[in-house]
Amino acid sequence: MYVAVKGGEKAISAAHAWLDETRRGDTALPELSVAQIEQQMALAVDRVMAEGSCHDRFLAALAIKQAKGDLIEAAFLLRAYRTTLPRFGASLPLETSRMRLRRRISATYKDLPGGQVLGPTFDYTHRLLDFALAAEGREAPATPEAPADMGDVPRVTEILAREGLMQREAMTGDEPGDLTREPLSFPAPRPVRLQNLARGDEGFLLALGYSTQRGYGNAHPFVGEIRVGHIGVEITPPELGFAIDIGDIGITECQMVNQFKGSRTEPAQFTRGYGLVFGHGERRAMAMALVDRGLRARELGEDTDAPAQQEEFVLYHSDNIEATGFVEHLKLPHYVDFQSELENLRTIRRAAEAEQQEAAE
Amino acid sequence: MNPTDTLSPQTARQKWMAVLARASADELAAGLAVLPALPEAEVLRAPETGLVMVRGRAGGDGDAFNLGEMTVTRCAIRLGSHIGHAYVTGRDHAKARLAALLDAALQDTALHDALMRAVIEPLAAAQQATRAAEARKAAATRVDFFTMATMR
Repeated sequence: MYVAVKGGEKAISAAHAWLDETRRGDTALPELSVAQIEQQMALAVDRVMAEGSCHDRFLAALAIKQAKGDLIEAAFLLRAYRTTLPRFGASLPLETSRMRLRRRISATYKDLPGGQVLGPTFDYTHRLLDFALAAEGREAPATPEAPADMGDVPRVTEILAREGLMQREAMTGDEPGDLTREPLSFPAPRPVRLQNLARGDEGFLLALGYSTQRGYGNAHPFVGEIRVGHIGVEITPPELGFAIDIGDIGITECQMVNQFKGSRTEPAQFTRGYGLVFGHGERRAMAMALVDRGLRARELGEDTDAPAQQEEFVLYHSDNIEATGFVEHLKLPHYVDFQSELENLRTIRRAAEAEQQEAAE
Repeated sequence: MNPTDTLSPQTARQKWMAVLARASADELAAGLAVLPALPEAEVLRAPETGLVMVRGRAGGDGDAFNLGEMTVTRCAIRLGSHIGHAYVTGRDHAKARLAALLDAALQDTALHDALMRAVIEPLAAAQQATRAAEARKAAATRVDFFTMATMR
């Protein structure tokens, strides 16, 4: 039970003033601009766009500044902002084989069309703190260049699918469900699960994905392919009647290849776990792909006893904005609820004491 | 020869709209500034920011799913008998207005060639150069494997 309580206005306003002061920090130091956050905290911006489920680099950077770097709070701000905007429609589905790639690696084939392109990666760095970065004003060394072929690069999964060794994805052509319009219901179709995972909390997805590797779900995944880059988004406005390209967004895609032992109707073959996220988010895309494959257990006739295979558990707890709302609401006044609990406890105690007294007499 | 001469009118328009969508408001304004003033334009739909739901496909090539939304700004402008439309990523109203105005003007055969030369072609070349530079950086990180054939 909630009861309106008045009287906190002055304290709240003073608390917010102090929040503003602490956000700014030491005024002897220059203030961070939103553009600096957007450019130099790019992966934080990407995560906020993914979990806020809204691609806008400037807004995500602004949210990070406002949230003092609390990325879940920032995603919350972005989610709240998107509710103020009208929906113009949906894009054509992204054709990721047409991405302009910054990075593309496969752990299943050494030599493949398009090759192994490392891109701007943390992989192979020594993870030693670089104190040279503490000295400001240092110019980055020039990035090497090499002659490039700018043609489209085919997906690895297509190579296996053509051989009949990779299960083809379902192509019903159905309009996908939309979590921003209808609440979750179970069993959830795969498109709805993918939307849920795409905006899910990275830590939650990572832990669940990890659990499938450690034996909770019997997954033996290979990274068929990770690709990072940019792609044009196309929409077909009704007033035009033809598709137009409205600009580029950054995305990361991960195709996990998993063995499937076959069923009465299907031969043994590889199956896919799929990850697709806004921005550069490899860990996130990989974790999403592992959990997507885990959640396919039911449709593939596999056991569903591991946490990452239980769709109600996974899909109801993946959203960090819902989760933080419910956990943090415990901070709000529960004075009346607690009074009734207190009263309850005292009654139980009194009854027990009375019984003891009776027994003693 | 102008490479867009051989394209269908719709394909040519799709190409210039894609170029306009990737340009900044400043670039569009600078391109327009070198030309004589355009005829009087009527704003049919003032710039408006909203969302487009971006879709992907399960497994890259299966059923569509909703990945997440993106901010988009749209605008429609009439110039004589032509209506220009803009749908561009982000929230820049000035850019959407200029892109719609240019889309209308580019449909006008009297203005088309001059606008292609002054605005679209230089922007398209600059955008292509940016893409090519990024592709060259990516190519420099391509792994050249070598095999130790005689190792025993």
